[in-house]
Amino acid sequence: MELVQIQRRLVDYTKSLFMEGFLDAQFLQLQQLQDDSNPDFVFEVVSLFFEDSEKLLNELTIALDQPNVDFKKLDSHVHQLKGSSSSIGAQRVKNACIAFRNYCDVQNIEGCLTCLQQVKQECYLVKNKFETLFRLEQQIMASGGSVPTIELGF
Amino acid sequence: MDSCNCIEPQRPPDDLLMKYQYISDFFIALAYFSIPLELIYFVKKSAVFPYRWVLVQFGAFIVLCGATHLINLWTFTMHTRTVAMVMTTAKVFTAVVSCATALMLVHIIPDLLSVKTRELFLKNKAAELDREMGLIRTQEETGRHVRMLTHEIRSTLDRHTILKTTLVELGRTLALEECALWMPTRTGLELQLSYTLRQQNPVGYTVPIHLPVINQVFSSSHAVKISPKCPVALIRPAGKYMPGEVVAVRVPLLHLSNFQINDWPELSTKRYALMVLMLPSDSARQWHVHELELVEVVADQVAVALSHAAILEESMRARDLLMEQNVALDLARREAETAIRARNDFLAVMNHEMRTPMHAIIALSSLLQETELTPEQRLMVETILKSSNLLSTLINDVLDLSRLEDGSLQLDLGTFNLFAVFREVLNLIKPIASVKKLHVSLNLAPDLPEYAIGDEKRLMQTILNVVGNAVKFSKEGSISITAFFAKSELLRDSRTPEFFPVPSDNHFYLRVQVKDSGVGISPQDIPKLFTKFAQTQSTATRNSGGSGLGLAICKRFVNLMEGHIWIESEGLGKGCTAIFMVKLGIPERLNEPKLPFMPKVPTNHGPTAFPGLKVLVMDENGVSRMVTKGLLVHLGCDVTMVSSSEECLRVVSHEHKVVFMDVCVPGMDGYEVAIRINEKFTKRHERPIIVALTGNTDKVTKENCMRVGMDGIILKPVSLDKMRSVLSDLLEHRVLFEAI
Repeated sequence: MELVQIQRRLVDYTKSLFMEGFLDAQFLQLQQLQDDSNPDFVFEVVSLFFEDSEKLLNELTIALDQPNVDFKKLDSHVHQLKGSSSSIGAQRVKNACIAFRNYCDVQNIEGCLTCLQQVKQECYLVKNKFETLFRLEQQIMASGGSVPTIELGF
Repeated sequence: MDSCNCIEPQRPPDDLLMKYQYISDFFIALAYFSIPLELIYFVKKSAVFPYRWVLVQFGAFIVLCGATHLINLWTFTMHTRTVAMVMTTAKVFTAVVSCATALMLVHIIPDLLSVKTRELFLKNKAAELDREMGLIRTQEETGRHVRMLTHEIRSTLDRHTILKTTLVELGRTLALEECALWMPTRTGLELQLSYTLRQQNPVGYTVPIHLPVINQVFSSSHAVKISPKCPVALIRPAGKYMPGEVVAVRVPLLHLSNFQINDWPELSTKRYALMVLMLPSDSARQWHVHELELVEVVADQVAVALSHAAILEESMRARDLLMEQNVALDLARREAETAIRARNDFLAVMNHEMRTPMHAIIALSSLLQETELTPEQRLMVETILKSSNLLSTLINDVLDLSRLEDGSLQLDLGTFNLFAVFREVLNLIKPIASVKKLHVSLNLAPDLPEYAIGDEKRLMQTILNVVGNAVKFSKEGSISITAFFAKSELLRDSRTPEFFPVPSDNHFYLRVQVKDSGVGISPQDIPKLFTKFAQTQSTATRNSGGSGLGLAICKRFVNLMEGHIWIESEGLGKGCTAIFMVKLGIPERLNEPKLPFMPKVPTNHGPTAFPGLKVLVMDENGVSRMVTKGLLVHLGCDVTMVSSSEECLRVVSHEHKVVFMDVCVPGMDGYEVAIRINEKFTKRHERPIIVALTGNTDKVTKENCMRVGMDGIILKPVSLDKMRSVLSDLLEHRVLFEAI
């Protein structure tokens, strides 16, 4: 495929991610931090996020499986996840975490279970999206081009 | 007869006469001898007898007389010379002693007599003292009774108990048959029997208050004897007995208002109660003076005790009332707080919800800008972007409004291009105005400086709002915007007497007038314009869909800019003019103006801003840590990362210039770390700058950070530009509070 077309696809894809709310401005900040001295910054951060989130999601599942649910621990895990997701700009995950936290506050187990499912789903979705994104970027790099930086004013 | 040397008696012994003389002499002698014996006996018995010498003398006299008479017995018959000698001797002695005694008695008898008078005198005195003591004792009794009564009366603050106790104690002390208290009724025209001693529940007898007897009692402060037949005394059922004496005394009922601080209230109060006391019938007892005095004193004490009870009742009632009010106020305050909290929560949530789509719009518009567009499209996209930026600002300001009301909003001062601001407004408003076929004109005075220092965003918002209103409320005609440098004579406007602008060297007042030819506003609606959410009732405003918030926000911004905003209109249908003045700073020539209000392009990717700045980052969250590190590395800092507070405290040294710590993680006390760092580095220049990274900037978090001595607080997520500007501010000023 032509370089320009791939680049266009990347831009469109990124656009769609923003439109659908998967990503927010924070992701753009991350991209800005990527430069020649730090070429894989975004990739590293995103990978770290997914490792982290997987661990946290496991903890959450285990915690909710207990007969006596420890809501404090639950809350702290969700807080971590929220922090991580907001740091990379994974907006939908972050929102799901916010909802999760509310249920934790009122100690509603049913709500928490539903939210957990939702968070898992969002994580999964955004992971897929990122994978596609990175694949496109790799293709561009492989073809010798440079990844177009998206600039937004806020 | 021989010469026996006897002496013959003078007379011849007459037998009978001689016999009687003989016997008499004998008895005389006997008596004379027994008298001294008796005397001695009785004197010995008595303790005191001052005249022993007299006794001896008298004794001697008697004894000798007796002896004489005894010896006389022998002289009736023939007796010897010896007897005669003895007789003579005895008589001589007797004579001597008698004379002596007689002489002595002359001295003694007056003395003895005076003793008697003295004795009489002393007896009288003793009787008198007895009487007086009786009197004193009675008085002391009375005093004791009064004290006891007073104590009884004062020991309670309950009205009824006071009165009952008074009657009971009086009855006991004075042994009364009946004791009654008549209180004036509410109307004040009658006296009602309120308390009696003997009857448990007195029936409500009433007696008109203006009886002469009662008047007599009321007009005197003493206890007055009254007739047992008068109506107030007819409490006992009439019987065959003779009623005892009756005394009545007035009891002043003092009102609170009678009390002055320094003097006992004059009994100018008109309200009295009547106390009636009856002695037992069929007894001959009379009212003694001390008893009357007792009654008077008691009446006064009762008055005082009653007024104390009244005061206490009043204060208890007031206290109950206050407590109720307190409870109600507390409830109201809590409700108000709940309402405020609810509103703030709502605002925060709505704010968040509104920002999300806004960001999408802004992001996509920016992306769209990057693509190939025709010039018209580009213009449209730019307008969309600008409008959405403005909207985003407005959303921020909705949250700000609540912060404005907290008073915590601060202006973002910066140098900006004033002309550009007006041009922007014009550009934004032109499309809508041309749709409505309104002509918009802008006049900028020539002496207006091109650049100014102020809050560009909010100034623009204000102007836009005012102009927008002008457009909104005009169906046809024209709108003119004029801006000029307010000269000192224009500064004081007669229409705004409360606005006192103070001209100074570094600042100037910008005056903007927006005149429209629209529907105008009626004079009585003008004051309501700047109130939040208040709208005029005309259909025009309702159809135009305003929320009523705009002018309120504008007013607050203008006030923050130390200015004044007002609207003039000559009435409905005559258009209106909105005028505001704000204080702006005059920039120095050397300052490079910042870029105008356009989507910012991040300038430096390459050269770093803070080469080699040693920074410590403490964050438990791995991802967040990495992002922060990435930011700082990008800016050229030398970043050390720690993930726990212990590690942080271990690692921190005076080489680290800045410490970023995440404070919103529960369980890890960022505040504690800040305190410890402050303790560790006592010298200010050695201490690193401590900045908190947190997800929320509510007042509590801010206060906590300030309290533990942090130098700044940044809201996550942090953008590169924000981090850059924060660091430069911090390093320059060493303090920043806060950056969003």
